[in-house]
Amino acid sequence: MAIAAAEARTVHSLQHNWLVRLFDYKPFLIFLCLLPAAGFLLVFLSYPLGLGIWLAFTDTRIGRVGHFIGFENFESLWYDRVFITSVWNTLLYTGVATFGKFALGLWLALLLNNHLPFKSLLRAIILIPWIVPTVLSAIAFWWIYDPQFSIISYVLVDVLGWRDTYIDFLGQPWPARFSLMAANIWRGIPFVAISLLAGLQTISPSLYEAAMLDGANSWQRFRHVTLPMLMPILAVVLTFSVLFTFTDFQLVYAITRGGPVNATHLMATLAFQRGIPGGQLGEGAAIAVAMIPFLVMATLFSYFGLSRRKWQQGEDND
Amino acid sequence: MTDQTLGARPHLTDKEREGVIDWSSGPRRFITLYLPLSLFLLVLLFPFYWMAITAIKPNAELLDYKNNNPFWVKSPTLENIHKLLFQTDYPQWLWTTMMVAAVATALSLFSSVLAAYAIQRLRFKGSQYVGLAIYLAYLVPPSILFIPLATLIFQFGLFDSPLALILTYPTFLIPFCTWLLIGYFKSIPYELEECAMIDGATRLQTLWRITLPLAMPGLISAGIFAFTLSWNEFIYALAFIQSAEKKTVPVAVLTQLVEGDVYHWGSLMAGALLGSIPVAILYSFFVDYYVASMTGAVKE
Repeated sequence: MAIAAAEARTVHSLQHNWLVRLFDYKPFLIFLCLLPAAGFLLVFLSYPLGLGIWLAFTDTRIGRVGHFIGFENFESLWYDRVFITSVWNTLLYTGVATFGKFALGLWLALLLNNHLPFKSLLRAIILIPWIVPTVLSAIAFWWIYDPQFSIISYVLVDVLGWRDTYIDFLGQPWPARFSLMAANIWRGIPFVAISLLAGLQTISPSLYEAAMLDGANSWQRFRHVTLPMLMPILAVVLTFSVLFTFTDFQLVYAITRGGPVNATHLMATLAFQRGIPGGQLGEGAAIAVAMIPFLVMATLFSYFGLSRRKWQQGEDND
Repeated sequence: MTDQTLGARPHLTDKEREGVIDWSSGPRRFITLYLPLSLFLLVLLFPFYWMAITAIKPNAELLDYKNNNPFWVKSPTLENIHKLLFQTDYPQWLWTTMMVAAVATALSLFSSVLAAYAIQRLRFKGSQYVGLAIYLAYLVPPSILFIPLATLIFQFGLFDSPLALILTYPTFLIPFCTWLLIGYFKSIPYELEECAMIDGATRLQTLWRITLPLAMPGLISAGIFAFTLSWNEFIYALAFIQSAEKKTVPVAVLTQLVEGDVYHWGSLMAGALLGSIPVAILYSFFVDYYVASMTGAVKE
């Protein structure tokens, strides 16, 4: 009896060992650990990315399987005024909004880098615009830009008396474009400021002391100490900012929906309008695919142009 | 994060970090520091004040600037919020949003912890490239994915179901969380895990008993951040969900509360305010984790 029991236990522990050993076998464990993440990303990211590029070369519509039509979508887009306007809008929007965000964000970061009372509370308050869902703050901007009841117009006309008429923010193409850029800058400042502040805090004060002893004034200290030290973080933040501004959808969709008369469409909103409510999946996909070269260029430019630092995950960087 | 990188002088106070002697006198400091700072605060916070004040204004005051000061409210009312909660599907939208965000976050955290552990701790040939691929996945914006994803969702028969959102949100959550967790795992001394393994723990036990408890701050950061990102997500929710009662808050406020040409600004603003409050509360409890995850993600 005792022997049998002992045997049973060995068998059991052997089986146990076998399982344990399998789960401790490195290649198997690596495979198992990467499986969920890789599964999600392959099925819902890589495959759709490829599918999107394929769709761009077909005439697929909602409820109808498409056929390969070569570059026809792109050719018709080339002569499509609305599309060309949307490309210029996207470039202008990205350029102006990124510049605004970085100029103001850097300024705010420099202000916050001073010795201030309630510093962490200030930092927490400043991040709020970035935490709140974009669409919901965009709706607030929509109301702020209302033609009849705009609070900005009220202040300019009735309080300060600088203007005679209320501003038609969203009814004319150019004011509408600049209103959207202003809203985007408002939303982007906190992210830029807090990220750059983190970078500023890693700069050793002794560098400033040395610069001061050498007789550098505050502009020179900023230009020759702060800016070069900040460059690596600036490059990463810039890459992200350009990427997300270029592909922005929510703000424009919430505030103008591309109007007035398609004048404020960005490529993303136009792709949505043609693809989902319009049903022209192939054409929408072509517009979305047309963004890819711009994105790759912008990413490469801001990443490699501004910093030579290699990707940090490796061991031998810096 | 900041303290670690400071390295040689870890115990700097703010005063010391300021370092150089402060030459600027009181009035000058006011002009160059406090004045611009308060302007920034005013501009950044005004839309929220405006949102809140509009939400509690009665219609008579809302549309009459001549007799009322628009910056203040004389007879505040809860009518807009009441209407929102009891005459629309708003509670249902809130519930859907919360459920989708929570499940998507849980799924993403689970996948990311395992992936980050494999990349950072089970170092293998090419682990660096897997890491790079995940980083690149973070750079693929939803705006170029939603059309092919819509056809995919349709083929899977998931159109107009919360499952469509739960399965697609991890595409932008997993890269972010993995990236963040790799950084956290890197900061945990490997010796601790070696000790556990010498004592006979398997690798999975080491992950569960040693690494994860030590990486708790990182997990919390990644979790609340992922939750916020899913709460704020818009384009997938707009494209994949059609029936009014299944929409998420950001989409529903924009598409369901706007009726025709007459905008009910009061209830729109109330909807925007209520939709922002849950993330604002979460944020107020975990401010430091947010800042850490944001700056951490940028720096890693």
